[in-house]
Amino acid sequence: MSEQAVASLAERVVPFDLGVPIIATRFLGATAAFACGEEMVALVGADGAATRVAVHGGAILCATGDARRIVTGGDDGRVVALDADGAIEVVATDAKRRWIDSVALHADGAVAWSAGKTVFVRTAKGDIKSLDVPSTPGGLAFAPRGFRLAIAHYNGVTLWFPNMAGTPEFWEWKGSHLAIGFSRDGKFLITAMHEPALHGWRVADQRHMRMSGYPSRVKSMDWSADGKWLATSGADELILWPFQSKDGPTGKPPVMLAAPNRSCVAALACHPAEEVVAAGYGDGTLRLVRVSDGAEIPVRAATAAGPDDASGAISALAWDARGQMLAFGCADGAAGLLKL
Amino acid sequence: MSDKIPVTVLTGYLGAGKTTLLNRILSEPHGRKYAVIVNEFGEIGIDNDLVIGADEEVFEMNNGCVCCTVRGDLVRIMGGLMRRKGKFDAIIVETTGLADPAPVAQTFFVDDDVRAHAALDAVVTVADAKWLSDRLKDAPEAKNQIAFADVIVLNKTDLVSADELAEVEGRIRAINPYARLIRAERCQVALADVLERRAFDLDRILEIEPGFLNTGDGHDHHGHDHGHDHDHDHNHDHGHGDGLKHYHDEDMQSLSLRADRPVDPARFMPWLQALVARDGKNILRCKGILSFKDDDERYVFQGVHMMLDGTHQRPWRDGEARESRVIFIGRDLPEQAIRDGFAACIAA
Ligand SMILES: [Zn+2]
Repeated sequence: MSEQAVASLAERVVPFDLGVPIIATRFLGATAAFACGEEMVALVGADGAATRVAVHGGAILCATGDARRIVTGGDDGRVVALDADGAIEVVATDAKRRWIDSVALHADGAVAWSAGKTVFVRTAKGDIKSLDVPSTPGGLAFAPRGFRLAIAHYNGVTLWFPNMAGTPEFWEWKGSHLAIGFSRDGKFLITAMHEPALHGWRVADQRHMRMSGYPSRVKSMDWSADGKWLATSGADELILWPFQSKDGPTGKPPVMLAAPNRSCVAALACHPAEEVVAAGYGDGTLRLVRVSDGAEIPVRAATAAGPDDASGAISALAWDARGQMLAFGCADGAAGLLKL
Repeated sequence: MSDKIPVTVLTGYLGAGKTTLLNRILSEPHGRKYAVIVNEFGEIGIDNDLVIGADEEVFEMNNGCVCCTVRGDLVRIMGGLMRRKGKFDAIIVETTGLADPAPVAQTFFVDDDVRAHAALDAVVTVADAKWLSDRLKDAPEAKNQIAFADVIVLNKTDLVSADELAEVEGRIRAINPYARLIRAERCQVALADVLERRAFDLDRILEIEPGFLNTGDGHDHHGHDHGHDHDHDHNHDHGHGDGLKHYHDEDMQSLSLRADRPVDPARFMPWLQALVARDGKNILRCKGILSFKDDDERYVFQGVHMMLDGTHQRPWRDGEARESRVIFIGRDLPEQAIRDGFAACIAA
């Protein structure tokens, strides 16, 4: 067992505590926004000082964002966008006050969300479109090119061009599809299923690919900066599926990186430029892992009392646009900013 | 059993009185806060942000087995409710009148996120004393709901004669001798008898000899001494002279196994897992209290079809008889094979 000559980055972390569970984070310029489990988003500057903004009248169920704003959906039936200055825009209020289960953003500013079995899109021009799908969506994702929304639900995904008339396509695969995302080049569509497995389609011909073998459900996935790897949570090692070829990972095993931890990877985020993945674990451990050789640098030590204690799991991770800051949040409200 | 939030599943055939019971739970000043997942918003006349509408979206898991179904909407709703943990004490899930209780119960066994925060407390079935006997003949859903129940509220007993009541109770017992049976008029039951039972009802399987039952046990007096040495075949008819009728249900049976000597966990657990893997499609429910060899703690388990969940519950008490008891309720149970299999698990 050779010791790797890497120092811990722990002393470069500015820690703070939001006191409530954190479900998502992202950078709005230099400000880190943390969506909490209930009611508020905390806007945190580089010094760790937090400004709390109430955005929902209950639980926050889903969150996404871009470089300017964080967008959340709540059990109060509202879709809310918040910018780094704390300005709130209510994007939508569900007429029946249903829970907003999922949200997605398009690069042109369009917002998609779902309530019950209905998916809504507010286009960049402000038009509202809606589509009913066969069962409640588990996740939404816009394709990186064109104006096409992929909707994960039971027994497959629906692909919808909100600006075009005509019947949306349905790509069938049995089971419950939850999180969903396109590869950076738009050539692959991947869902995380209720069971511990991913399902994928090659967009051009809908050829199936199945990625399984996980001990627990995959809740976090992200594409490497060059788009050649899909990094996923769900195992005690960091799992990366190869997408270099036109067949994706079909017939290829995943790369497994980082020493097995006593708990599984719970959240991860790929560095925006380097082949480095920030991996957060169920026991609160946070590491940076280099894809080329699996070298790892500890950022944060475990906080869990025992192997089954997931009360302080890393639940949110995001890099800033330049890859110089990493924000993390935990299920117990602990959070921090790492400055590289 | 732990800090997990207890979940009551409330079933009942159409018109039996589920909504009446729900409205009571939501409106009475009992000092507890319940999150209630309902399938028809309109029926509940109460505006409360802890009343959540659900769609009973059932999906089959990808293991190729038709009985392994999960309520996906419940997984999603539980995830949302857990964001508000601390705002309520317990959860009630109402199912539609025609629903099979299996997918909702199985959700609490199979979904890791749900299991981490919540545990199935009891399946409570509201039954209509006047119409249940008919429904058991023509509606398989009604029979499933009785078979699944931990607690049966036999409602509208004021609308039937003593004979009709004995008849319907006999029919219920033929399907499920182990559920706690509470007679009620207009769902007037003590809420503590149906909610947050904390596995209390499990102990009934130790006390009850099928075919030797008293019925209508609406109170908590466990004073009926049945004696523990009876070893009746449950299909055997007894004349107790107490007006209790005995029926044999055509397709739903129950089976109870008992051991006075400790059970070998190294044999029992694989046997039980193999049994439910093979026959789980027909086994609606199983439950057990086990005294394992060289183990001072009571082990309890329950199962729905192919899914099992077990835990060490508590230390055996001084003076408590360390006996094991396992029950199965289902269709076409391979009785002799189950009896032989269990007998082989008794430690030498
Ligand atoms: Zn099955």
